[in-house]
Amino acid sequence: MFSVLKKITKIGIISEKIIQLTPQDEDFKQLGLALKTQISKHFSGSVAIRAVDSGSCNGCELEIHAINNAFYNAEQYGIHFVASPRHADILLVTGTVSKHMEEALLRAYQAMPDPKWVIAVGECGINGGIFGENYATLGGVSKVLPVDLHISGCPPTPTQLLQGILTLLSQAK
Amino acid sequence: MSDNTWQQILFTELKRLNITYKSQQLQYLTLSIDATDWSKISNVLRGLEARFSGVWGDVLRTNIDVYALFSLEQHYLLVKTNLPEPPFSLPSISTCYPAANRMERHMRDLLGVELQDSPDDRRWTRHQAWKDKEYPLHENFPIKRTSYKKTDGDCKYPFFQTQGSSVCEVPVGPIHAGIIEPGHFRFQVIGETVLNLEQRFGYTHKGIEKIAIGKTPAQLLKLAARVSGDSSVANTWCAAMAIETASNVKVPERAIYLRAILLERERIANHIGDIGGICNDVGFAFAHHQTARLRELWQRTNAQIFNHRLLMDTIVIGGVANDINPDQIQSLLQELDTISRDFDQFIDIIQDYPSLEDRLATTGFLPHGTAKALGCLGYVGRASGIDVDVRRNNSYPPYDKYKVQHVLHSDGDVLSRLQVRVEETRSSFKLLSALLHGLASGDIVNSKITLLPNSQALGIVAAWRGEMLAFIRLDDRGNIARYYPRDPSWLNWPALEALIDDNIIADFPVCNKSVNGSYSGVDL
Ligand code: SF4
Repeated sequence: MFSVLKKITKIGIISEKIIQLTPQDEDFKQLGLALKTQISKHFSGSVAIRAVDSGSCNGCELEIHAINNAFYNAEQYGIHFVASPRHADILLVTGTVSKHMEEALLRAYQAMPDPKWVIAVGECGINGGIFGENYATLGGVSKVLPVDLHISGCPPTPTQLLQGILTLLSQAK
Repeated sequence: MSDNTWQQILFTELKRLNITYKSQQLQYLTLSIDATDWSKISNVLRGLEARFSGVWGDVLRTNIDVYALFSLEQHYLLVKTNLPEPPFSLPSISTCYPAANRMERHMRDLLGVELQDSPDDRRWTRHQAWKDKEYPLHENFPIKRTSYKKTDGDCKYPFFQTQGSSVCEVPVGPIHAGIIEPGHFRFQVIGETVLNLEQRFGYTHKGIEKIAIGKTPAQLLKLAARVSGDSSVANTWCAAMAIETASNVKVPERAIYLRAILLERERIANHIGDIGGICNDVGFAFAHHQTARLRELWQRTNAQIFNHRLLMDTIVIGGVANDINPDQIQSLLQELDTISRDFDQFIDIIQDYPSLEDRLATTGFLPHGTAKALGCLGYVGRASGIDVDVRRNNSYPPYDKYKVQHVLHSDGDVLSRLQVRVEETRSSFKLLSALLHGLASGDIVNSKITLLPNSQALGIVAAWRGEMLAFIRLDDRGNIARYYPRDPSWLNWPALEALIDDNIIADFPVCNKSVNGSYSGVDL
């Protein structure tokens, strides 16, 4: 018990602000500042994300996991991941949309309450990436769902993911 | 047993049973046999306690070659047969090697090999994206469909049923509660206790084997890096090794070291992350946050020094993409020192938690016999006393120069699998340090590469999940004619079905995490 507390205090708070992650990016400084207000205004202080893998290589999942680690700490912006699409504001979709996931993805989207947004993650989410469009894949999330924002990268870095989510939030009215 | 004794015993057995074969000493001892003897030979091999490693097919214009890889007395043995014409029937070997079942069904769904006497020949990789009796790997199957029609869910898949007045069924997935890959788990439970679990995968099937056809070797490596994002280095090395072996490409020593450094870094990242994940699944969030922190630091170094957080695209044909300079070696060594110390301290803390041990010990027990019958690999096998580590048993450069620590446990529960991963992480720390210190000088890539058309070979690498294979055949222009990557998860997923029996359903997440198979790696 004490060893745990000792370790926790010794490491201290390591969470980084988005400004620290993108020091060269002036726009982001503004975004970071404006964001708290946006989230409190439009999402009552917190925004709920449901992540769905529609046929990824799992690389994108690893990086989405990373935005929840202590460094990126997505919760500091009021962003949290939920287990059910019924609780979600945003559907964060990775993968090229395999035909075998098409139905499940649609149903997850339909289960979300309005208003709702869709973010397509990674090159796969944009246009199928390296897998493209073939007999087993549709080649991009926008083939099945109305996509509000694309986040590129293979996989996108946690910073890119955060930037993307924050951009969407700042636009959402 | 010496090189020849095992072969002699095998040949005597084959003779006794009147099995005719042609034997060739290619990359591995290869026996070509008649398809009618296919299951007979696997019975012989099982009698000799050979380990089953994989079965796959290769469509040549109008006929199909089928291969099965076994390991006997730590020597690989490739058995091959040719199916000259439709209906391409082949006796199933899943009765004597249950682990072959899903691979056989995959081969049937994609290549149209009809299995005779299979104990279970339901569709596996195929859901509803293409029809029964259509085979994506056949030449006349178009890579792209012209018309778009929505694909329905595979709702009518015939799951096994368990009847009984108090039995209830719990369907889970394909979309799970967490941020993980899709797959379906069908539980039959009585109260909280799991009577039976059946897995159903194929949701992330992306046509990898089909789109690989016609790619240049360089393009293929990019694809291989994305077969399973968490095993990017392993898959790429495996594919590169197959192509290099087929074409006799020599890889400079420095590049081989760098590949091993990358592979060990991948192993450590995944082990560390999963150790925390396992603890988190029994509610010990502290551990999860600590390992996520370590993993993040590790991945940042990956990005800084190797240009990619998950080390994708770091291996190229004939070598590696980037060199490291002496300063970078120093900083890698320094990082190794801090992270391994941090890790040790963390492990000391969690090992001092009786309540954690209480939750993990005896949970998800996989008996040695079951693990052996299923041919389990990596930490799943090693926690149940199955000693398979390609780095030691069938060592390849640069591992042949090092003594890779022997990590073996026998309790077979979640705790053992966790311990194996802790010890493997430590052993990889040591290995990394040795590799960095021993890094040979010279080129990082062979600049004079000629690919041998119509050649083929296997790549075998010790991925963090265990032995990984890639079979590659080049066409007459030196492009890819066949690529089959066999992730170790093929042999470990069935273990999860076995080890969950009699556990409470609430322990499924931790049991699942302790196996942590790849979905993408097997759905292909
Ligand atoms: S974008 Fe890249 S990392 Fe993400 S799922 Fe696709 S291949 Fe994998």
